[in-house]
Amino acid sequence: MDDLLADFLTETNEGLVALDVALLRLERSPQDKPTLSEIFRLVHTIKGTCGFLGLSRLERVAHAAENVLGLYRDGVLAVTPNGVSLILRALDRIKDIISALETNGTEPAGDDGELIRHLDAAAGGEAETPSSQPDEEAAEEFGARAAEPREEALPATRHPAQPVQTAPLRSATPATDTTPEESAGGRAPPQSIRVSVDVLEDLMMLVSELVLTRNQLMQLSRARNDGAYSVPLQRLSHITSDLQDGVMKTRMQPIGNAWAKMPRLVRDLSIELGKKIDLEMRGADTELDRQVLELIKDPLTHMVRNSGDHGLEGPEDRRRAGKSETGRITLNAYHEGGHILIEISDDGRGLSIDRIKQKAVSQGLASESDIAGMSEAEIHRFIFRAGFSTAAAVTAVSGRGVGMDVVKTNVERIGGTIDVSSTEGRGTAFTIKIPLTLAIVSALIVEVAGERFAIPQIGVLELVRVGGGSGSRVERIKDAPVLRLRDRLLPLVSLGRVLGLEEGSRNLDEGGESGFVVVTQVGANVFGIIVDRLFDTEEIVVKPVAPILRHIGMFSGNTILGDGSVIMILDPNGIARVTGVMADGGGSRMDDGKVTSGVRSNEKTALLLFRAGDETPKAVPLGLIARLDDIPVEQIENSGGMPVVQYRGQLMPLLSMTGGFQPQDQERVRQTVLVFSEGDRSLGIMVDAILDVVDEALSVQAGQGRPGFLGSAVVAGRVTDVIDTAWWLRQAGGDWFRPAASSSVTRRLLVVEDSAFFRELVVPALAAEGYEVVAVEGPAEALKLRERGEVFDAIVSDIEMPEMDGFAFAEEVRGGGAWRDLPMVALTGRVEPAAVARGRAAGFTDYVGKYDREALLASLGECFAVPVEA
Amino acid sequence: MRTQTTQSAVADAELYLTLTVAAQACGVPVLVVRDVLGPQTITRIPLAPPEVAGSLNLRGRIVTAVDLRRRLGLPARPVDAQPMSIVVEMAGELYSMLADSVGEVVPLRQDESAANPPTLDPVWREVSLGVHRRDGQLLIVLDVERVLAIGGGR
Repeated sequence: MDDLLADFLTETNEGLVALDVALLRLERSPQDKPTLSEIFRLVHTIKGTCGFLGLSRLERVAHAAENVLGLYRDGVLAVTPNGVSLILRALDRIKDIISALETNGTEPAGDDGELIRHLDAAAGGEAETPSSQPDEEAAEEFGARAAEPREEALPATRHPAQPVQTAPLRSATPATDTTPEESAGGRAPPQSIRVSVDVLEDLMMLVSELVLTRNQLMQLSRARNDGAYSVPLQRLSHITSDLQDGVMKTRMQPIGNAWAKMPRLVRDLSIELGKKIDLEMRGADTELDRQVLELIKDPLTHMVRNSGDHGLEGPEDRRRAGKSETGRITLNAYHEGGHILIEISDDGRGLSIDRIKQKAVSQGLASESDIAGMSEAEIHRFIFRAGFSTAAAVTAVSGRGVGMDVVKTNVERIGGTIDVSSTEGRGTAFTIKIPLTLAIVSALIVEVAGERFAIPQIGVLELVRVGGGSGSRVERIKDAPVLRLRDRLLPLVSLGRVLGLEEGSRNLDEGGESGFVVVTQVGANVFGIIVDRLFDTEEIVVKPVAPILRHIGMFSGNTILGDGSVIMILDPNGIARVTGVMADGGGSRMDDGKVTSGVRSNEKTALLLFRAGDETPKAVPLGLIARLDDIPVEQIENSGGMPVVQYRGQLMPLLSMTGGFQPQDQERVRQTVLVFSEGDRSLGIMVDAILDVVDEALSVQAGQGRPGFLGSAVVAGRVTDVIDTAWWLRQAGGDWFRPAASSSVTRRLLVVEDSAFFRELVVPALAAEGYEVVAVEGPAEALKLRERGEVFDAIVSDIEMPEMDGFAFAEEVRGGGAWRDLPMVALTGRVEPAAVARGRAAGFTDYVGKYDREALLASLGECFAVPVEA
Repeated sequence: MRTQTTQSAVADAELYLTLTVAAQACGVPVLVVRDVLGPQTITRIPLAPPEVAGSLNLRGRIVTAVDLRRRLGLPARPVDAQPMSIVVEMAGELYSMLADSVGEVVPLRQDESAANPPTLDPVWREVSLGVHRRDGQLLIVLDVERVLAIGGGR
């Protein structure tokens, strides 16, 4: 059936349904002009179209009916019940022909002579005279419709010559007998129609163009400030937005469509694997763009299969683990902001950290020392690495099987992110976050080196003005720019440099030029993109870049802005990748700096390397440093035998690591200072040069007892002294970290921390605050103290510890005993929502970052605030 | 790979649009040309191959501009000279070739075409389909597909 005919049929069926209703209305109120006009128009349309399509039978019937209706409408003839019946009969005939058309694609043969004669007679004003006849005929025909077995219709069509009035018109093949008959029989109008995807795509494209043109017009109108246009433009803008929404809606499909095959898949899986699996699907009616849906279908199927295959245990194992025999896979979808979140979780065995570690090392994805410094979440993310899963043996690992890297790639391709959280023995949950639509995105327009670029809003967390007296400024550690944002050092990427638009680095100091930092999140990584200027956000239509530009990798597309200019759309993923901000997915460092003994920190730590005194590089955790500064030497004064400098309206004591400060010694004009801050006080440590910032798993060899040093470590391939910050800070005066009004009650704290390095950091800081601190190396020791009946006011515990981790420890403490109601603060290098949630579930009162001294103190303050008053 | 223009080349004259790049006359088959535009606002594309001058907006479609001077290893266009855009379509994408000036449409007979002289610069030889003598001047017929085979596509 060609498209034209299909369109005609759809349209005519709709028309016929409307006609039925209208005619019945007409019968009740025969003089209703609007109804009459409507009927006339509908029949006229049918007639017109079928004439155009060469459907002669239809045309003749419709034409005869139209004649009568025309006379009714013009008031020449009075509307009578008989007349209406006649029209209804004509309509029935039309319906019959239409239904035959639908099945066969051609008009059935048949004779409408008598009907037309009646209609013509009615038109000629004779309708009243043979009144009984059409009435009877109509009744007969309607009766026949109901009673006649349908089979008769078929042979009748085969003998088109027969001048049978009733049957042949309702010809229908038995196979399709219900639909045409019923739809033609005036059933309620269908609530949905089929539209080809191409039509929708075209519509979407047109709307996209319309949005662009609208933006362009708006911009012009703003520039001209022409009042006459602004009102209609405003309306145009609204209508365009509504139209955009409307067309978007037509593309929306419930995600349940992508899940439709899951129950079957899971059933087959459960039989195949001999496991009992329940599939729970929530939020199946959550809608998302068809295009996105198509792209997400395969990854979802894959992940569900994985959950069933590798995630869930067999019934035996489950029973042994104290779970119900039936495993459960849950699919959950919901909207959040402009995104859709899809969770695929199971209550299976979870990811085995040890096995992933082994695999990662054996496949050369990371060295043991790399892994030693990783958080659980980071280790989990290995399953997304290409190569992790391709080896055949890996499927035997309890982790996920083949192709999670493919899933990740697919999800990222549509601008989404995927994350995994897992608890060994409890299950695994994947969370996919994808944009609702790909076609139109909201983007921030930025400028760098005179060129404009669009950054999709999806990854943008916040915007920070820097330099130009704005209060915050870009600091530089060696060549790496960083921004201190709420006590966190944010790595920065200069967009101009990344794109090769500017050579040198610009000075975004307080007094220098001003710029902006677009704080962006890619996966779990947060970094800042330095730009010169910010413009509006604009709805943009993403168009793919030309093939000869696809290799660049920095752009996810391009678009045309309101002012008609072409602009490139930046891909934050690409920027993160190229600049190495992103930790996972990138190349892995393969240094074999084996460290056999000594203290190791649990975390990969950003270390500032510097030189002071001798040639051995010194290291200090970057997170402890508030600022780096170059102070003009002539500003350094002496006060009480200690060098000080006026710094931000305060006197800041300066410490030298070489013992004593000789201003004249090296003919220096500026002194580099590491600034540590506490409230409004600051302390500086003078150093000779800043060397570098590295991200390393710190393995500190036991110190040689030198005061001021924790020991040495191999950092960036060189033996480096790790300085004992607490010791140096104490040199500036014992009360340096003590608050002005120290509390009268001494609180006793228990610190559980396996790393000596961090114990060294945390304990003095807490002690300086007036707490009495007992530090132990692990939960086992801590629990011994509990048995001994030691009493504490609060517990501060690390999370990642060997043997028993912080979660288990918290559960143990909460499980009973004297410490059951103590406040517990978790300390960890990674504050991630999932980890925080888990920590709270385990019983932690609060969760703070390891370097976040202030947060820890604030948290402890909060813990004690309530009980003291109570 | 040969272009469709050579395949369909018959003895009869075909129409070519003439253009000049650094005083060298060139021709492109008129059938591949979609538009000829005057000076346009061109957005620079960072990190793009040097031959790519940027992108421009042609009635709502994004066109990638390739500077013929840079493509052919010729000295850069004087700052005050505005290039002309010859828009062609290849594999569904629009490209604009930037030339110094655009001449007229001329018929060129295939049988009058001479093979590339062996002394022709390798860069030119790569993109040349043949040489015609016209009004005492040599006119190089450009293979559009090869001209645009740059960047990731090379």
